[in-house]
Amino acid sequence: MGRKLLTEHINVEGIETLDVYRKHGGYRSVEKALKTMTPDEVVEEVKKSGLRGRGGAGFPTGLKWSFLAKPEGVPRYLVCNADESEPGTFKDRQLMSKLPHLLIEGMITGSYALGANTSYIYIRGELLYVLRILEKAIAEAYAAGFLGKNILGSGYDLDLYVHPGGGAYICGEETALLESLEGKRGNPRNKPPFPAVQGLYARPTVVNNVESIAAVPVIVNEGGDEYAKIGVGKSTGTKLFSACGHLNKPGIYEIELGLPVEEFIYSDEYCGGIWKGRELKAVVAGGSSVPILPKELILKTAAGENRLMTYESLSDGGFVTGTMLGSGGFIAMDETTNIVRNTWNFSRFYHHESCGQCSPCREGTGWLEKVLHRLVHGHGQMQDIDLLVSVAKQIEGNTICPLGEAAAWPVAAAVRHFRDEFEWHVTHPQEATKAGAIFPGKLVTA
Amino acid sequence: MAKITFDGIEIEVPDGTTILNAARQIGGAIVPPAMCYYTPLKGSGGKCRACLVKVAAGSAKDPRPMPKLVASCITPVQDGMVVENTTNDSVLDVRKGIVEMLLINHPLDCPVCDQAGECDLQNFAFEHGVSTTRYQEERRTFEKIDIGPLIQLHMTRCILCYRCVYVADQISEGDRIHGVLGRGDAAEIGTYIENIIDNDFSGNVIDVCPVGALTDKTFRFKQRVWFTKPVNAHRDCPKCSGNVVLWYKGNDVLRTTARKDQYGEVKEWICNECRFEKKETSDWTIEGPAHIDRSSVISANHYELPVLNQSVIADLPASTQRELEQNPPLKLGS
Repeated sequence: MGRKLLTEHINVEGIETLDVYRKHGGYRSVEKALKTMTPDEVVEEVKKSGLRGRGGAGFPTGLKWSFLAKPEGVPRYLVCNADESEPGTFKDRQLMSKLPHLLIEGMITGSYALGANTSYIYIRGELLYVLRILEKAIAEAYAAGFLGKNILGSGYDLDLYVHPGGGAYICGEETALLESLEGKRGNPRNKPPFPAVQGLYARPTVVNNVESIAAVPVIVNEGGDEYAKIGVGKSTGTKLFSACGHLNKPGIYEIELGLPVEEFIYSDEYCGGIWKGRELKAVVAGGSSVPILPKELILKTAAGENRLMTYESLSDGGFVTGTMLGSGGFIAMDETTNIVRNTWNFSRFYHHESCGQCSPCREGTGWLEKVLHRLVHGHGQMQDIDLLVSVAKQIEGNTICPLGEAAAWPVAAAVRHFRDEFEWHVTHPQEATKAGAIFPGKLVTA
Repeated sequence: MAKITFDGIEIEVPDGTTILNAARQIGGAIVPPAMCYYTPLKGSGGKCRACLVKVAAGSAKDPRPMPKLVASCITPVQDGMVVENTTNDSVLDVRKGIVEMLLINHPLDCPVCDQAGECDLQNFAFEHGVSTTRYQEERRTFEKIDIGPLIQLHMTRCILCYRCVYVADQISEGDRIHGVLGRGDAAEIGTYIENIIDNDFSGNVIDVCPVGALTDKTFRFKQRVWFTKPVNAHRDCPKCSGNVVLWYKGNDVLRTTARKDQYGEVKEWICNECRFEKKETSDWTIEGPAHIDRSSVISANHYELPVLNQSVIADLPASTQRELEQNPPLKLGS
């Protein structure tokens, strides 16, 4: 059983209240940081910990913090990205609703490290009940003197606000999030300038994922070096995975990075294998935008090594034979899954969520969806399969923000690894469109 | 100052200049196309991705290439930067892809579109596109929206460059009442609750529109632009500079627009009175024929500055005189 750093007390009765949270060691990091450490020392600890952004891109958090411009007399901001809306990813929701004080504690310590006196949690609009939990917790923190003026007598002031978005996936992109927070239409900005120089209200801003911020108290309490001991190589610490799909025990698991994928799927401690005794067919390892991998490539790398749940191991082999750790949305699909239909489903999501600002994404996501729709419904032609790859390539890398890539990767990867299934949809349209039809030509009943 | 190499040509430009503007200083066929960027409008650019270029070396200090193609209209130059545009095949391939993307939902109704002949998308597609499409699906269409007696909004043709939104923000008086609604390929320019865009400078949205999405209702379906003759003219206008181009057919002024430079960018904004109401030759002081690029279809009937009204030449504004020096009228009989 691996160590649980974030979710150790998640099932304690009443942990969402300040008193119970304090009893289990809550807010120690605030006391430690504000009373015994300088802001730079906190940043240094986070750097030492090797913590990488948990939102998907995996950029080292400490490095991101050290890039923050610090001009004199200009306010800085820490913004927490709680706009978790990637299909398959639901870890932040659980973390915030069960452990709201952990996030608040991380926000206080993080804001102190960055010298921010106003911080924001931008939460997805659909998570209204979580918003209420957070607001209640923030009120408790104010009352206990952890927020507001002169926190714990240290002379440091911090105001923390929760702001609900309208429920757009694109607002999870950091610059779109900042636009939305400013009250504008959530369109991603052109970069440069990066948020570290000109972010919220054109002030230096750091945007971090909920889980990254929640890891800060642990790092401050235990020390960066101690945190870095967990994990493998440059993937340090623990990570939340939201496992879903055809698993015996879907749910949220906190694992030490470096766990073999095979153990995560089949061990009883974790997902407990594939449901109904079926075979695993494919896995999307990090939320719907990362490339899908067939069973043989997700369990072993192309070189035949065991694939581990780390940033490096999952991306081993590039996009030809690898994928990405992403945001930790682990979707397992059993042998009865229709990959073409599944790809269409993902594609439909990105078509719906494209902001429409830049042309490759605006037009391309719709195009992909329509072609896939045709294939799924038995009206596809052979050249459509190459068309998908070509359109995906025209989107990838040519857009303002990464949503274009997020839309293109799953389609390109599905064709790469499951081309025969796409071809089967063209050559056997009647068979393929029957309810419950699976490749190659079997029918599933219940 | 920063020295950059663009397609093998070296040029020195002030710091902060964008790659696109540096290329425009070189001029000629190497200038990347721009569908959304508009120099007079702050914040424009970066959206259409037509101007993507390859930065083969970031700067003298850090000569690594940039990993992705960058939008040249918004990326500032660095000293020692090496940029590849027409010399890089991948850039041209991507551009071909962008044309395809922009056209899949475009109605291609050029034969009945008033913008045809002076349409940025038409030029862009002609230069970089292919003659067939791989798109088989139904095209996105919108109802025409009536936004007042002077301007027609035909969203189906729109490429969402956002220029008209910036005009409303930066040029027109009063609050902006139109904007982008919806998202993805359902995004549209609109006024939400149907409304009339009515202020003294609203007509400028017609000039900045790169396609035929916003057209002049006083000119709609009157004439193909290449059958009209552009003439520079001015008048004393209390609201704007009064420097315009009148588009003649015979003795009738069919249309009035602002003067544009060679990249289609308006030099001086004009007010609605000049644009829509002054349609008599007697309202204007005629300066002489406006310069039209030789490559434009408008000069297809060899119409290029044949004569000049000598009696007004001394009274012309300095800007027009400069233009005349750069593009001298042809001498008759030579």
